[in-house]
Amino acid sequence: MSRLLIALVCGAVFGFGLSLATMTQPEVVLAFLRFTDFGLLLVLGGAVIVALIAYQIGPRLLPRPIAGRFFEKRQTPFSRRMVIGAAIFGAGWGLCGVCPGPAIAGLGLGNLDLLWALGGIFIGAWLQARFFGSSDAQTR
Amino acid sequence: MIDTLFPNGPWHYLAGGLLIGSAIGALYLLAGLVGGLSTFFSASLSWVSRLPALQQPKLLESRDWRLAYATGLVLGGVLFAVSLGQFGASTRVPPLVLLAGGVLIGFGARLSDGCTAGHGICGLASLRWPSLVAVITFLSTAIITAQLVAHSGLLP
Repeated sequence: MSRLLIALVCGAVFGFGLSLATMTQPEVVLAFLRFTDFGLLLVLGGAVIVALIAYQIGPRLLPRPIAGRFFEKRQTPFSRRMVIGAAIFGAGWGLCGVCPGPAIAGLGLGNLDLLWALGGIFIGAWLQARFFGSSDAQTR
Repeated sequence: MIDTLFPNGPWHYLAGGLLIGSAIGALYLLAGLVGGLSTFFSASLSWVSRLPALQQPKLLESRDWRLAYATGLVLGGVLFAVSLGQFGASTRVPPLVLLAGGVLIGFGARLSDGCTAGHGICGLASLRWPSLVAVITFLSTAIITAQLVAHSGLLP
């Protein structure tokens, strides 16, 4: 099975999960950030627990991924720019209640309003690359 | 207590979260790939922009599977809509707010090298403490921003 097919299928499960968890609705994310519905914590917690098991046990049990060559590692080092970036990301997330995954999956639900957010994300990423792209910490 | 914390019930949140974790876990076990999403945007820009920062090998090497992954996300949304028989959701958040928020998200996620999925799920699952710092930081600024916006009456 090629990695493209694997990515497509895993992406579909991800998108289905985001839709089921209503994370594709900015209102639900904003309700969490305004402390009126704490569901987002269950989504994040549930996702982290399952992913944690795979990430921690996989490389110990398997010499290599089942259909891949090696296990990638996340290696973003701690830096001031990482913290500043996270702060800016959070401000945008808190402003509109959208983050990258739900913005993409929400399109599949037919929510074309999210094209505004997706356009904004592309513009923001391009601006960062254009004006601040020389310092390189892109590791994924 | 449960009703207060989760006025819409807890189960669909938990089930959705477990599915999301399974997707990210399976992508890792099957292909060895770390399934964050913010890099999809930079990786896709590498097809249309000649900027050196958008032509890094790690973007060029991963842009094919990241595009397939994002296509899968849309497909997952379609499958959900079809299984529910409802198609055509919308949001009350105004277009310009979505656009402005999107710019901050795209800029910040690139600077930070991760988003809610990359730092929040993959980073924490990798037990990376810098990701924990990122998660605490973006949760804090998101809560502050959302509370300020709510009290200013800008959004419904």
